[in-house]
Amino acid sequence: MTKETLLEVRGLVKHFPVTSGVILRRQIGAVQAVDGVDLDVIKGETLGIVGESGCGKSTTARLLMRLMEPTAGSIRFQGHQIADARGRDLKALRRQMQMIFQDPYSSLNPRKTIGAIISEPYAVHGVHCADGERRAAVQEIMDIVGLNPEHFNRYPHEFSGGQRQRIGVARALALRPKLIIADEPVSALDVSIQAQILNLLRDLQRELGLTLVFIAHDLSVVRHMCDRVAVMYLGKIVELATNEQLYAHPRHPYTGALMSAVPVSDPRLAATKKRQVLSGDVPSPTNPPPACRFHTRCPKAVPGRCDTDEPQLEAKAGGNLAACHFPLTDAEVTERVPTARVAS
Amino acid sequence: MLAYILRRLLWSVFLLLVVSFLVFLIFYLLPSADPAKIRAGRVQDPDVIAAITRQLHLDRPWYEQYLFYLKDLVLHFDFGRSYLTNTSVRSEIFGRLPATISLALGAAVIWLLVGLPIGVVSAVKRGTLWDRLAMGGALVAISAPVYWLGLVSIFIFSSDFGLIPIFDTNGNYTDIWNDPGQWLSSLVLPWLVLATSFAAIYARFMRSNLVEVLDEDYIRTARAKGLRERRVIFRHGVRSAITPIVTIFGLDLGILFGGAILTESVFNIPGIGRAAFSAIQKADMPIIQGTVLIGAMGIILLNLLVDVLYAFLDPRVRY
Amino acid sequence: MALLEITDLRVHFDTEDGVVRAVDGISYSVDRGHTLGIVGESGSGKSVSSQTVMGLTRAANARISGEIVFDGRNLLACSEAELRRVRGNDIAMIFQDPLSSLHPIYTLGNQIAEAVRVHNEASKAQAWDRAVEMLGLVGIPEPRRRADAYPHEFSGGMRQRAMIAMALANNPMLLIADEPTTALDVTVQAQILELIERLQSEFNAAVVIITHDLGVVAEVADEIAVMYAGRIVERAAVDTVFYTPEHPYTWGLLGSIPRMDVPRDEELVPIPGRPPSLINLPGGCSFHPRCPYVRDAHRRTDPPLQPMPDDPAHHVACLLDATVRRSIWSDLRAGRTPAQARKAEIGEPPPLIEPDPEVAPVAAEGDAA
Repeated sequence: MTKETLLEVRGLVKHFPVTSGVILRRQIGAVQAVDGVDLDVIKGETLGIVGESGCGKSTTARLLMRLMEPTAGSIRFQGHQIADARGRDLKALRRQMQMIFQDPYSSLNPRKTIGAIISEPYAVHGVHCADGERRAAVQEIMDIVGLNPEHFNRYPHEFSGGQRQRIGVARALALRPKLIIADEPVSALDVSIQAQILNLLRDLQRELGLTLVFIAHDLSVVRHMCDRVAVMYLGKIVELATNEQLYAHPRHPYTGALMSAVPVSDPRLAATKKRQVLSGDVPSPTNPPPACRFHTRCPKAVPGRCDTDEPQLEAKAGGNLAACHFPLTDAEVTERVPTARVAS
Repeated sequence: MLAYILRRLLWSVFLLLVVSFLVFLIFYLLPSADPAKIRAGRVQDPDVIAAITRQLHLDRPWYEQYLFYLKDLVLHFDFGRSYLTNTSVRSEIFGRLPATISLALGAAVIWLLVGLPIGVVSAVKRGTLWDRLAMGGALVAISAPVYWLGLVSIFIFSSDFGLIPIFDTNGNYTDIWNDPGQWLSSLVLPWLVLATSFAAIYARFMRSNLVEVLDEDYIRTARAKGLRERRVIFRHGVRSAITPIVTIFGLDLGILFGGAILTESVFNIPGIGRAAFSAIQKADMPIIQGTVLIGAMGIILLNLLVDVLYAFLDPRVRY
Repeated sequence: MALLEITDLRVHFDTEDGVVRAVDGISYSVDRGHTLGIVGESGSGKSVSSQTVMGLTRAANARISGEIVFDGRNLLACSEAELRRVRGNDIAMIFQDPLSSLHPIYTLGNQIAEAVRVHNEASKAQAWDRAVEMLGLVGIPEPRRRADAYPHEFSGGMRQRAMIAMALANNPMLLIADEPTTALDVTVQAQILELIERLQSEFNAAVVIITHDLGVVAEVADEIAVMYAGRIVERAAVDTVFYTPEHPYTWGLLGSIPRMDVPRDEELVPIPGRPPSLINLPGGCSFHPRCPYVRDAHRRTDPPLQPMPDDPAHHVACLLDATVRRSIWSDLRAGRTPAQARKAEIGEPPPLIEPDPEVAPVAAEGDAA
């Protein structure tokens, strides 16, 4: 399989300024939401971005979609620089990339029929202009995502949460984009409905050959969905690996802690695990710790090294890329992350 | 916080400058009688008029006139003298201030004391007959204009031709230090008239705020602690619901200071509103200028006060 | 005698659309030192039932029947004043969203001290000291200084710690935790779960933890009750629910969550359809419209929650024959789909269930009320 890079991100930075002052407001600092992210999205894959709230994963998604302007860095989509795209270029870009949002309730206009919602991208981009043609196209997509095509003229409130998320998926698919970015697409849904949407996304990804960037806080969902996974902490990627590598042997202590913290739906396994509880809270992104940002909470941090010398994202044992001077050993992994024992 | 207040004060000064300039410009541009002739009164001697013109700097270009005005204002807090009576505008306004403040504050106390409790009870007894009657009544009260209500109340209660003349000093306002009894009885009617629609608005506002607050999760927490319902409603509910009302209250009070013209006219209260009204009729520019500026200062200061107060009422607000 | 014993509890709300049967005849009990996990999706009645224990659902439109016997007293027969002495004192509760559940304009110390002073003859200073002590106990650094902070100045995890401090300030015998970690990040969730476990053993309290997350109950609960449409459909010891569950809904839940502890290529098996409207419950077994193993009789007969003959602690409300159920479960564990399992054990083709029938339910209101 040839690996064609669809999206190439280098040195992506987004700082939100913090201002103060009596008359003239001057910038006194910045929320470093995303601070130097390098990432490749390969055509046809599902790339997961996982992390806790405030780690910058949603900001990254919005930057990739160019819903906001990066402070610095380059984003190349199929080789074209899009970090500073505007106007017509940006509009053309929107045909290629679409987004699925977390909240299926608030992201659909309640006064429009779902036919109108799904066909909105056509109107914006002037595709399928003839009336009958547009309707046929919409109904085909509704069929694909498992909605009854006859419900073309219904309004969002007539649908349940799971179905509204299907409408969101249909809208994203309408222009047959090359890349879909899904930002927490199932975290607002009930357990039994979650599985329906996850299966739908997985099937669509396989059948339509979509490239999917899947952003979530739930490690088990990411494990189920993604081919490769990037773990973010305080605006930086701390570990990047294939699914198998990451879940079998996480190398960054933060990844290890995350996995150790996920409750396991298996009481006996849960009882044997040595739960590694991180102390304290995530530091403020306005004033992140120097060097390795995780060193203030890291059980393996070595003073004089981790707080002075910033680790780079490098290959560690097993092939994971991790930004850490003292990556987890296999023994440590087995002790803390019982799921690592399960053959991936 | 201090920086915020400082910034707001600087802004206020700037705003007042703009207001004074605009008022000056409007009256300069508007056609009116020659102020010097007005001042000269019956002695329409050209020499006298010319002398007055010079004295009032009316022979200078308009921007110089404005600068003279500004100089007196900033250096001596002097608003000039009335064209008509030659009295100092400052003493004219400050002499009338007690009447206006009595009217506004008294009405405010009444509408808060009446409106807020009605709103609280309606919110707690949401959907009951009491709630519906109170809110329906409030709707009627909001729709009644002040001048209409004022005239009707005079018709019913006034001393000379009223049906039930219980407030016989109505229309004979006197300052509180002269005769507190007369001060009070002369103001009761205007207070009630002025407070009616505000009380109704505040009752509805309080109700809708409190209904919303009582649905909050932290009210459930308060109940889960085992607090008495009364304490839940007042210490946890009303305390939250009242914060936005403070903001509105500051605005309303400011507007009242500047805009009690109708009530003062109807009830013959010698306040700032009446002074402004008669000054406009007679094109007495310095009085108009002075009342507008004082009114603007009142509104701006009250607003600042409210915003500062807000930070104390709601710790989430930081400037 | 258990600390809390609930028998045939029903909570119905009269609404304009009809009667919402939020809780429709549930029974369970909890002992001191034990943890009961109540699992269910939104609208299953799990929150309403626990709020009813606290007397928080006493509203004009609520009709409550059954028995809630706590420490030998039927709480449903108590006056509001009697109940108030129990609330926050003998029974305490923590909620899902600590930010919205804490009063935004009082300091945390103030809010905890208030909880102390309601139930104890304590001076303001004593209550404040107790608040500081509790904040320290739940792991808030520099508690004396932090007691002066407002909720918005805390992080999510710290807020939930403060909430727990408030709940435990009066040494309650029973702690009800309603989705205590749902709003929190996973590493913070681990901290909070550990805290609840630690404090439970220190205070020897009974804990009822309500959640939609099977992982959470697997880690902390001793016993699990699975709720569906206002009923408990299965109740058993934690291991039993995870290793030998008997109810098709429990199977469905276990099959539809992505799990860290199974090989990755395992497909998710969603439960088709969606929870019913609590106003218009289907006849017979409430789960029958979504059950892959439904038979005609199940549409008419309402299954009672009954103990298993060989395990009296294991209760199931299912009309399928016990031996058939065990065969289906072993089929499912062997990787067969529900349709295949049905064919093998019941010998009929599977019923046609729309993946997600398209009529919006009026269900969730029950949870909010």
